Amino acid sequence: MPTVAFTTALQRFLAAPTTQVQGATVAEALAAVFAARPGLRGYLLDDQGALRRHIAVYVNGRPVGDRGRLSDEVGPRDEIYVFQALTGG
Amino acid sequence: MADCLHVGTRKGLFELRQRKGAWEIVDTHFLGDPVSALLAEADGSVYAALDLGHFGAKLWRRDGSSAWRELPVPVFPPKPADALDDPHPWSLGKIWSLEPGGVPGRLWAGTMPGGLFRSDDGGASWALNDALWRMPERRQWMSVAGGEQPGIHSVLVDPRDPADVRVGVSTAGLWASGDAGASWRIINRGMYNEYMPPERREDPIAQDVHRLARCAARPEIMWCQHHNGVFRSQDAGANWREVTAIRPSKFGFAVAAHPRDPLVAWFVPAIKDERRIPVDGKVVVARTRDGGESFEVLSKGLPQRHAYDLVWRHALAVDASGERLAFGSTSGGLWISEDGGESWTMPEARLPPIAVVRFAAA
Repeated sequence: MPTVAFTTALQRFLAAPTTQVQGATVAEALAAVFAARPGLRGYLLDDQGALRRHIAVYVNGRPVGDRGRLSDEVGPRDEIYVFQALTGG
Repeated sequence: MADCLHVGTRKGLFELRQRKGAWEIVDTHFLGDPVSALLAEADGSVYAALDLGHFGAKLWRRDGSSAWRELPVPVFPPKPADALDDPHPWSLGKIWSLEPGGVPGRLWAGTMPGGLFRSDDGGASWALNDALWRMPERRQWMSVAGGEQPGIHSVLVDPRDPADVRVGVSTAGLWASGDAGASWRIINRGMYNEYMPPERREDPIAQDVHRLARCAARPEIMWCQHHNGVFRSQDAGANWREVTAIRPSKFGFAVAAHPRDPLVAWFVPAIKDERRIPVDGKVVVARTRDGGESFEVLSKGLPQRHAYDLVWRHALAVDASGERLAFGSTSGGLWISEDGGESWTMPEARLPPIAVVRFAAA
């Protein structure tokens, strides 16, 4: 099962522990996380389900290609890392 | 008088209370997070909308001195195929205004990108007002200067009739519903917008309404700080007359209406419009007590030398007494008056840029 890990910046607002979930794409893996933690969804995705502009998702250290539908495929040993792209002051 | 003041800033929410005649910060909330809207209800509940840079718009509520709990935010429905050419996103940018709906549990939220939402359960759930959002004219709404989306900044509910709702839009004039949001029409006549092409200057939808306020005891009396001037209406926003006596300048964002006296209102003018700083580096409040026929420029206690504070549209408030006012600036200046604006004091604090100030009864 792929692993999903979250930036510590998120932990200030709500619990987001590293978890192993079922899923063959980034979207499926995140959907499994949101099923257990529904409050997390709106922190990462906009109302249409796309990644928020200042959120980055990497798989094994490389950014996902599809930020709109998160269709990038993931395998059982892959690590999905969710973090914020820093902006502003 | 309201003895509690909430101040929403770029870096958190500050709670002030008056103690022994002086206002002081008694608590801080959401330190480090931008606050975009506030509402303090008569029952002691407080709503704080946050605009988190990375994680989106959030909404929190607390009752009295209880702990804050996170509420769902308004969410736009899936964008349908026939809206692919909609110039505005179907996704919440930020909550820009929060107002009580006049019946228990009801709230209105005005947002960027221009969606109006209603809750009938104290913010536990929200529904997009489809009638306004799906009006073809909504796609003509222009973006707020410096932003990328239009926004609903003013929601005025008639205190005599909760089904009578009027919203002010930057930039798209004033829209009214007489049936609690089931249908809408644009109503503002008599305004003009100098920066538009000549043939569109008087078009109601082209009006750059910065902020609307109404007299609670005489709801038909409305005031507007418009991009290029101050306007007053005596028929709840349908017909407007320019208030040319405003000084020292006619540009600004904020307006407050006296809760009982229909002739009294306050403004915080600035130099228009690309520069947006106080005239001559002096922070002043303009007050009329005769329905806009004349203005007093009030400066006692306000910085009069090298002050470059701008006051945003939600950062001026008057309480139910009509005597106590507060305003906050983009430089973090915060001033409170106990005498209708005659004189002002500044609490001991250096605050972040202020977006919104709101009095609470409790």
